Amino acid sequence: MSTIATTASPEPPTSRVPTKGTDLVRTARRRREPFIAWIFLAPSLIGLGLFVFYPLVRSVYLSVHGNDIFGGAGAFVGGRNYTQMLSSPDFRNVLVNTLLFTLMTVVPGVLGALTVVLLLETRIRATRAFRTAFAIPLAFSAASASVVFAVLYNPAIGVANGILGQLGIDRVGWLTDPSIALISVSITTVWMQFGYGVLVLAAGVGGISPEIFEAARLDGAKGWRLARSITIPLLGPQLFFLVVVSTIQALQSFGQIHILTKGGPDGATTTLVYSIYQQAFAFGSSNFGLASAQAMVLMLIVLACTALQFGVLERKVHYS
Amino acid sequence: MSSALSERPGSAPPELPGSAPAEPPRSPARRPGRLSGVAGWVVLVIAAVGVLFPVYYAVVGSVMGPGDLASYPPALFPHSLHLENLRDVFTVIPLGRQYLNSVLQAGLITLSQLVTSVLAAYAFAFLPLRWRAGIFGIFLATLMVPWESIILPNYLLISSWGLANTLPGLVLPFLVNAFGVFLLRQSFLQFPRELHDAARVDGCGHLRFLWRILLPLQKPALAAVAVYVFLSAWNQYFWPLLITSTPTMQTLQIGITQLSNAEAADPGLILAGVVLSVLPTLALVIFGQRFIVRGLIAGSSR
Repeated sequence: MSTIATTASPEPPTSRVPTKGTDLVRTARRRREPFIAWIFLAPSLIGLGLFVFYPLVRSVYLSVHGNDIFGGAGAFVGGRNYTQMLSSPDFRNVLVNTLLFTLMTVVPGVLGALTVVLLLETRIRATRAFRTAFAIPLAFSAASASVVFAVLYNPAIGVANGILGQLGIDRVGWLTDPSIALISVSITTVWMQFGYGVLVLAAGVGGISPEIFEAARLDGAKGWRLARSITIPLLGPQLFFLVVVSTIQALQSFGQIHILTKGGPDGATTTLVYSIYQQAFAFGSSNFGLASAQAMVLMLIVLACTALQFGVLERKVHYS
Repeated sequence: MSSALSERPGSAPPELPGSAPAEPPRSPARRPGRLSGVAGWVVLVIAAVGVLFPVYYAVVGSVMGPGDLASYPPALFPHSLHLENLRDVFTVIPLGRQYLNSVLQAGLITLSQLVTSVLAAYAFAFLPLRWRAGIFGIFLATLMVPWESIILPNYLLISSWGLANTLPGLVLPFLVNAFGVFLLRQSFLQFPRELHDAARVDGCGHLRFLWRILLPLQKPALAAVAVYVFLSAWNQYFWPLLITSTPTMQTLQIGITQLSNAEAADPGLILAGVVLSVLPTLALVIFGQRFIVRGLIAGSSR
């Protein structure tokens, strides 16, 4: 095979009129290529089938079945898990927590990153050092960040209360006060993800043509006015992307809640993902049916966010 | 600690970022005059201090003794060095073994995703394929499924195979992912089609073409995928928490949380564990920043 091909090789690759010999070789090869394509795709297809699509189907199946004490699927119960879920005040509480947590992480995270990036834009020489500084928390996993913050939040010896004490403010039960705990978890989350926002937006600013800035400066636009009428509008796609991705991340947050509060106090930090975990695994409950119904809700919400993202980005592409 | 947030307009109503005045200190001054320039610096420095303080405290606290850590007001500098924390933490939990577990787990996942993604991306970019768009759509669809919503059936599946609390059980569900396929296909498509055809006409097999010609030119894209996959595998928490049950099978992420759950937890030991666990990813973030940017923001621009 390869020997035939080498003898026929000196043909310019761009030529549209191949000689007869190579034509034959190509045809023979072409016939095999779809087969090779499937072999190359096979590992991925098998993996995705086993660990994404099959679990998807099984999730749906579990959500319409009861379960025995070992977590095995029991009798078909139709929509009972769903009606039970939707009528429970606990679940309403879970949805409210999820919404609040999302708002309290996405809004400060995106606005903070935007502020920092706009300020860095006019301070070219300092950009590199600051960007590295803001990126460092990206090295921290949910677990390591949460463990550090648990030490900081410690009611007796934590630095958070220490600083408040120095300011003459009473100690705060960062993780034990139901009205504060979700805020504390959000602060940890914003800290973890802030650097990501800075990276995305800084890359966006870097992608704006310098001529646009130059033209705007010649027109006398500076400082906040330049940011408001040039930089921020041109960052539109990146800002939108960041909002969607941060929202999805917030919806999926698990580690910081599990480590810092375990969903407490009194359910104050139980978000949708944490509720799924509790139904399925905590307190030996193994309520896989209810957990799967909640997993379906999680998936629908995230799918809606992603669909929104793809839809809008699609239009942006046509726009430019 | 709350200083990280205090300077941010966090109390602003949840409106679109573009319409919110993100720089209150600067708005009165039309041009970057002296005051707004200084105010900008102040905001930046406060933000940097707020972001870096937990990192600083983790590092300093990891060599602090119980005296400093329990003092009030809290000590921000160690009055005596307790480097033994970094040694003792290995005796409280099997940290060495957990380090090895994490390296194996993240390493295997990264390697496998690189290989499978390269092959699939090559098929999408260079090989004739019926239903190409449809199959690629299926790959993309898997990226939209939040892992947390299918973690339970995965747990049941891996457990039913008897792989709970084993290394294969830890890595199996993550050996394949569409993210790398997506990113690499994008990058492969930049490769001139004619060069591929020419190499093929010259009798170059697909694997040889991949290894000898294509991949050497794709190092930045491969590095981006590798760094991204390694970071997210190393930092995993939910799955290792579910699937491992003994300290010697747990990864670092679970190990360090066990430190803080332990009775009479010593903050110095806890922070020592955190600092040790963060070192590899810290090195990646500092030295591999450009690859991280590329991997993390793939998709943000177009």
